[in-house]
Amino acid sequence: MTLEILAVDDSRTMRDMIRLALSSAGFKVHTAEDGVNGVEVLDGIQPDAIITDINMPRMDGFGFINAVRTQEKHRATPILVLTTEAAPELKARARDSGATGWIVKPFDPEKLVKALKMVAG
Amino acid sequence: MGDPNDPMAEIKASFFIECEELLEALQDGLQTLEDGGGDDETINVVFRAVHSIKGGAGAFGLEALVRFAHRFETVLDEVRAGRLDIDAEALKVFFLCGDHLSDLVRVSRDDAPIPSAQSDALSAQLDAMLGDAPQDTPQDDPIDFQPMGLSFDLDLDDEPDAPPVYQITFTPSAELFESGNEPFHLFRALEELGPCQFNCDSTRLTDPPDFEPEQSYLSWKIDLASTCSRAEIEATFEFVEGLCSLDIVPSGQEPPGDLLLDSALPDLPAPKPLTDKPVAEITAPSADLTPDMPETVADLPSPPPSAAPAARPDPAKPAATSGPKSVVRVDLDRIERLVNLVGELVINQAMLSQSLEQSGLSPHSDAMSGLEEFQRLTRDIQDSVMMIRAQPVKSLFQRMSRIVREASSAVGKDVRLITEGEATEVDKTVIERLADPLTHMIRNAVDHGLETPQDRAAAGKPAQGQVHLKAAHRSGRVIIEVSDDGAGINRPKVLQIAIDKGLVPAEASLSDSEIDNLLFLPGFSTASVVSDLSGRGVGMDVVRNSIQTLGGRISISSTPGQGTVFSISLPLTLAVLDGMVVQVADETLVLPLNVVIETLALNASDIEMVRPGVQVVRVRSGFVPLFDLGKELGYRAPLQDYDGSVVLLIAHEDGSRAALVIDSIQDQRQVVIKGLDASFYRAPGIAAATILGDGQIALIIDTADIISNASAESAAPTLEGLIA
Repeated sequence: MTLEILAVDDSRTMRDMIRLALSSAGFKVHTAEDGVNGVEVLDGIQPDAIITDINMPRMDGFGFINAVRTQEKHRATPILVLTTEAAPELKARARDSGATGWIVKPFDPEKLVKALKMVAG
Repeated sequence: MGDPNDPMAEIKASFFIECEELLEALQDGLQTLEDGGGDDETINVVFRAVHSIKGGAGAFGLEALVRFAHRFETVLDEVRAGRLDIDAEALKVFFLCGDHLSDLVRVSRDDAPIPSAQSDALSAQLDAMLGDAPQDTPQDDPIDFQPMGLSFDLDLDDEPDAPPVYQITFTPSAELFESGNEPFHLFRALEELGPCQFNCDSTRLTDPPDFEPEQSYLSWKIDLASTCSRAEIEATFEFVEGLCSLDIVPSGQEPPGDLLLDSALPDLPAPKPLTDKPVAEITAPSADLTPDMPETVADLPSPPPSAAPAARPDPAKPAATSGPKSVVRVDLDRIERLVNLVGELVINQAMLSQSLEQSGLSPHSDAMSGLEEFQRLTRDIQDSVMMIRAQPVKSLFQRMSRIVREASSAVGKDVRLITEGEATEVDKTVIERLADPLTHMIRNAVDHGLETPQDRAAAGKPAQGQVHLKAAHRSGRVIIEVSDDGAGINRPKVLQIAIDKGLVPAEASLSDSEIDNLLFLPGFSTASVVSDLSGRGVGMDVVRNSIQTLGGRISISSTPGQGTVFSISLPLTLAVLDGMVVQVADETLVLPLNVVIETLALNASDIEMVRPGVQVVRVRSGFVPLFDLGKELGYRAPLQDYDGSVVLLIAHEDGSRAALVIDSIQDQRQVVIKGLDASFYRAPGIAAATILGDGQIALIIDTADIISNASAESAAPTLEGLIA
């Protein structure tokens, strides 16, 4: 089954890498460059899972997760936080805001795919 | 840079381009902070820039870059969190770190040796800033980096001795579902570790009146036969840690028999409705649910209004727009090709209009009015194509601010660079070729232009010297000015050096501006002490040459005690020119239209002879020197009588004016500049060539060059002519 993923990251390099890693695993990938843009892109799609960075301009990852979770249709959409910051309190904060799981950058493509399958099937 | 078919190489290349942008944002942010502006977002931008560089670098295993970016980021994070104040000293370190970061990016890109000594020195400075603030060096939390590969082929394990069995008891809480997790997927992941037996315990499930769709009633007992470690099993549950009760018993003891009866996944759909259905149904009756589920649903009714504006910043915008500004990156070669093609188009269009005009068609005919439209479109296309290559000079200026920092610390002067007009756009190729001459000028300004701190103090000037770097568009050209508030040019000294070097005769009496211009003579260098900064050898003559090859001019002006101003005037683009086509002694020439301010027919009474061979013409309230273009270019002997001749009144950025005698004006049109490469003799006064509509080649005149050459020579040869 083809999973449809929305990846939100302000770094073009990261977006490219996520796209590469997931496309070669057969996923369909949408990208957005910050939280605000992520919400816009999300408006037209129903992804199986969302990956988001934390540090972003305009609307950060926490704000984005919050904005996604408050939408009825995305109450249970799995959201993985992709961040270079591995501090436990950040994980706790990510979870409090409604994240499903997290992946620490630099990510191993295999592990990212595995984590996505773990949350989205 | 590598194989174009390797997607990773491509992403890596694009990462380095992104780094350039991030470094620019970093510089910008620091500059704003230094200027006393900025707010929380400024420091956030700075932080994010470093952070993103680190993130990308990590993905490509650029260790040195990651390590340094991490140290830098740690300090910035402290600043961001308000735990660390930044003063001027700290900003200085940040600037140095930014410079170093950009070095690291460069060496990482070019696979050059890492300047690790400098990394260490700056890291130490950064660490010192943290002081007793909590130093979280072990931030690279190792837990998440644990490779998980070990278990992958374990389920292929067909060894006869049975693997150990783990008993797992798993009871998800309602929060587990809220976080978007799904037991079903977890179970699938478990099955990858080894064969599982699942047993669902639904005894807590209640009947409809009490049943709450969002509550979690189920629990599972799972027997996992696997040789994997307990930690690996726990890792599977990493995301739901704290959201369930989980018990993993590495069992030596046999699991109770009844658990083995029912088996695995086929039964699993049972819990699914728990997650799916409520989510779908809750839309309508959410208000009713609220009292029952204060914790889980309480925040549902309230957030939507607050989230709505964030979710739809632009209500008119349809769904998946691609973000604030979308950018396409294009190979410069392709643009180059486009520019050339458009150039050909302009020539072709000119030829077409010329032949149509000669065909005697009525100017009101369809063909002629169509041609007019064609002309307009051609010009629009040309402008648009030029716009593609235009870039703000900002990146160039930022490089210069680094030059100032380095140069000033090398010579022990406190210097501040003030930039203006960073948004001025110039052709990218021009910008690239400006870097070297500008670097040299900036170094000169710091090294020679500004006085030592002692001299400044003695002159009653502030200790900190200033270098201004300005860019602006002026009448179709770009003006770039480098000025300092130093002592100005030491003219007696400059003259003496020139005499000592035999550049001018010992008895020469030169005007101030002539002395200033001696700086541009080949082999001239004013520093009496050779500093390791500008050194000797490369002088302003090299700068002038590189500006001239860009079709530009450089001028100098200096006020003793107040400083020196170098002014560069450049064409906006190297490709096209608005020109005036004129005829001189049967030759067709093109003059840049922007220097021509007026055309007039001469009256003999307006001409005054200052001395033999030097004439001026009265133009309204003033006099301007008169030059015969045909004579200056050697096409013919000077005319005896200029009465009735056509002259072009020329004005330059430096304020100089002149009247050029020509035979007739033919046309005003855009011409495509065709550079005269090194195989042509570089004739004074000739800037380039162009191909006219009729296929004829015409030379493009550099009027400033003509005038400066003419005034230098005018005395001697004409005098001889008179005697003879």
